[in-house]
Amino acid sequence: MNDFLHNLLFLPEQASTFAEKVDSLHFFVVGVTMLMSIGVGTAAIFFFFRYRRREDHQHTDYVVPSLKTEALFISVPLVFFLTWFAIGLRDYVHMTQPPKDAMDVYVMGKQWMWKFSYPEGPNGVNVLHVPANRDVRLLMTSRDVIHSFFVPAFRIKKDVLPGRYTQVWFNATKPGTYQVFCTEYCGLSHSKMLAEVVVLAPEDFDTWVKEQRKGSLQNRQDALADVSLVDPPARMAEQGQALVGSQGCLKCHSVDGTPHIGPTFRGLYDREESLEGGQKVHVDEAYITQSMMDPGAHIVTGFGNVMPSYQGKLHGAESAAIVEYIKTLRAEQ
Amino acid sequence: MSLPVTGSTSPEAVAAHEGAHGDAHGEHAHPSYLTDGTTIKSWLLTVDHKRIGVMFLFFVLLFFLVGGIYALLVRIELLTPGPTIMDAMAYNRAFTLHGVVMVFLFMIPAIPAVFGNFMLPLMVGAKDVAFPRLNLLSLYIFLTGASLAIWGMLHGGADTGWTFYTPYSTQTTTTLAPILFGVFITGFSSIVTGLNFIVTVHTMRAPGITWFKLPLFVWAIYATSIIQVLATPVIGLLLLLVIGENVFNFGMFDPARGGDPVLFQHLFWFYSHPAVYIMVLPTFGVMSEIVSAFSRKNIFGYRAVAYSSIGIAFVGFFAWGHHMFVSGQSTFDGAIFSVLSMLVGVFTAIKVFNWVGTVYRGAVDFKTPFAYFCGFIYFTVFGGMTGIAVATMSLDVSWHDTYFVVAHFHFIMVGGTVMGFLAALHYWFPKMFGKTYHDGWGLVSAALIILGFNFTFIPQFLLGNSGMPRRYYEYPARFQALHVASTAGATVLALGLVIVAIYLIHSLVAGKRAAANPWNSKGYEWMTASPPPTHNFVGPQPVYPEEPHFYVDPKKAEAPDAV
Repeated sequence: MNDFLHNLLFLPEQASTFAEKVDSLHFFVVGVTMLMSIGVGTAAIFFFFRYRRREDHQHTDYVVPSLKTEALFISVPLVFFLTWFAIGLRDYVHMTQPPKDAMDVYVMGKQWMWKFSYPEGPNGVNVLHVPANRDVRLLMTSRDVIHSFFVPAFRIKKDVLPGRYTQVWFNATKPGTYQVFCTEYCGLSHSKMLAEVVVLAPEDFDTWVKEQRKGSLQNRQDALADVSLVDPPARMAEQGQALVGSQGCLKCHSVDGTPHIGPTFRGLYDREESLEGGQKVHVDEAYITQSMMDPGAHIVTGFGNVMPSYQGKLHGAESAAIVEYIKTLRAEQ
Repeated sequence: MSLPVTGSTSPEAVAAHEGAHGDAHGEHAHPSYLTDGTTIKSWLLTVDHKRIGVMFLFFVLLFFLVGGIYALLVRIELLTPGPTIMDAMAYNRAFTLHGVVMVFLFMIPAIPAVFGNFMLPLMVGAKDVAFPRLNLLSLYIFLTGASLAIWGMLHGGADTGWTFYTPYSTQTTTTLAPILFGVFITGFSSIVTGLNFIVTVHTMRAPGITWFKLPLFVWAIYATSIIQVLATPVIGLLLLLVIGENVFNFGMFDPARGGDPVLFQHLFWFYSHPAVYIMVLPTFGVMSEIVSAFSRKNIFGYRAVAYSSIGIAFVGFFAWGHHMFVSGQSTFDGAIFSVLSMLVGVFTAIKVFNWVGTVYRGAVDFKTPFAYFCGFIYFTVFGGMTGIAVATMSLDVSWHDTYFVVAHFHFIMVGGTVMGFLAALHYWFPKMFGKTYHDGWGLVSAALIILGFNFTFIPQFLLGNSGMPRRYYEYPARFQALHVASTAGATVLALGLVIVAIYLIHSLVAGKRAAANPWNSKGYEWMTASPPPTHNFVGPQPVYPEEPHFYVDPKKAEAPDAV
């Protein structure tokens, strides 16, 4: 039955933990709505024949619905609609709340390509490698206009916005290659803004990461032989550390927990921060990024509103690298 | 001349029997509105709501033609996975022009400006709308805005789609300002028309027409007018902000300048989701009249239908976020929008139940307007059900911005507005023009339109299921078969529409004179001559002893049957 409906409705293959659940609700909604529609249609057609006109000025009776009848035809659809709402909301909450220990990948959409960056160092353009059977979280931003990251086989989609992070997560269940589309119209080559997710068996993925690192290490070793070579690609956290120095962050923030003009970076990530006005905010990627771009938006209790905006000075990859560096500054170290 | 006022009716007044003597008497002493002044100037400066309705009809049909041609061009381009007849920029401009013309220049004005203008005063027993000169002004405002928008699209053109999303629309190299400003101007026409209708319904009903004796078409136009007056200013403001952003580099929506692109989406959908009901509610009103007339039955559940129009208008204001489940809005917001969208589905279900219930124990005469009613019921149920599906949060993640949503939107819009427009045109054609058309050809073309429409958009539901994104100029080859099927359906749909044009034009030019009430309908608009005289009634206003569409045998004095 699942395969039959799957083919009848032209659904893509199911390649993530979400897909079967989403499709089950899809079948439930389609099945019930088709039955309701057939019921309405059948009743209407029956009435058309049973009550066809016999003379031009034929009289008819004055018929009104009783409250009971009207209430019945309100409550039956309402029960189904609210059931679908409840199931849809439950599944949506699950789909939008990544597990704590998910593997992170940074995604940048840019007319008309997708860039993928891994905290461990590898980067990719238009090809995202992930392990099967492991939770993966994508932290996404756009370099220019709104894009939308869509993997039909995983049943995931999220808009990718300039100036902020959105996130989406999945757990791919089958090694293979799956199409990525951009579904938010973004200009001339919108239909060519395609990518692939390559799902590898977990051991194959680990091998792939090692090979990527080997490439980085090899580049680093080559650099020792010739001082004129460009610096090799560094891990994002290392890039972030360099940026924190070069962008002047350390004039106001410390990395060792000592008091300074601004809050220390030590132990900052994943903390509950108290703001002026009494509210609390969970420090995540979006909070840190917004603090760089719009520092007046959140003023931590005990600190002044003196930080300049980095809007336009840092692009998405740079702000993401700084975030990764801050994540390495654990409180207990 | 002074503004027309509601005529008083003395107790001694009797119902004028225009139907019995309308032709000879009307032609001699009170010519129809069509022949009361035949110069071009008498039309261009008219304050007669009926003539204004006819002029709107001419222009909305012209825009429907333009929008339809661009739809066919888009469908032809999509026959093959790669380039077919135009390049990517031309394709982007074509779907933008199709969308802007169809939404803002055809579907939003089609029924309110044409049939609302023509029929609403007749249905409330008034001689005209409350502000006749303002009514004429709304036509010229509309034409000014429409001309500017189309000029802008043909010179420079927009490639943003009809939704004009930022920050793309603030960065695009195409020149948006004339189009945005044109649409902005047409919004004033909507506001003025809406205001005119609201005042007319409140202040110009004939004695005896209480709120619950109003024809349901009047209720629908009234609810639509409320939306027009309240929601249109929001998009007007938004369009000005985008012009400011695009031309003067304001920082409202472009994050490179400190703006928020999602704010645009909230403001855009705050108007454009209720705008769905600006397009659909008038159709609901048309269908209430037609199902009563062609079943010879009172509407089943009059108050439920009337209240659900107001309910849809009200709740429709709060449902806009269901276009934005994947945009980054919070889960809580998404949940609220999801529930409210389900409520709109309940109101629609009430209407469908009551329309089908009207046929129960009726006397059905299957003529062309009723064929469009059948098509409408089918599209509303199917489109409404897929609307419930896309209001379900976890399902919409996959469907958003794919062809599924395109198909759902067209089922509701075209299933709604175009069925309603064609049904109204065929039902009221004898009333408006005094001519009959060939009903056989009417039924043939209705069948072609309804079938063609299904064959166009059912493949698109399936394309959406398989993941095909919208607005793709090139697409993976695996989607081609469904695209070819969709284009074939569009061809059948176009053929049906061409046939309609042929026989209606033939009827206007050479058709037989229609009887005063060829449907034997007891709608209030049929209580005057066809076509009506300039001030709608010869002599005093009619008396309205019964509610509209009262077909009970006067010998029976029983209480209503409650089933």
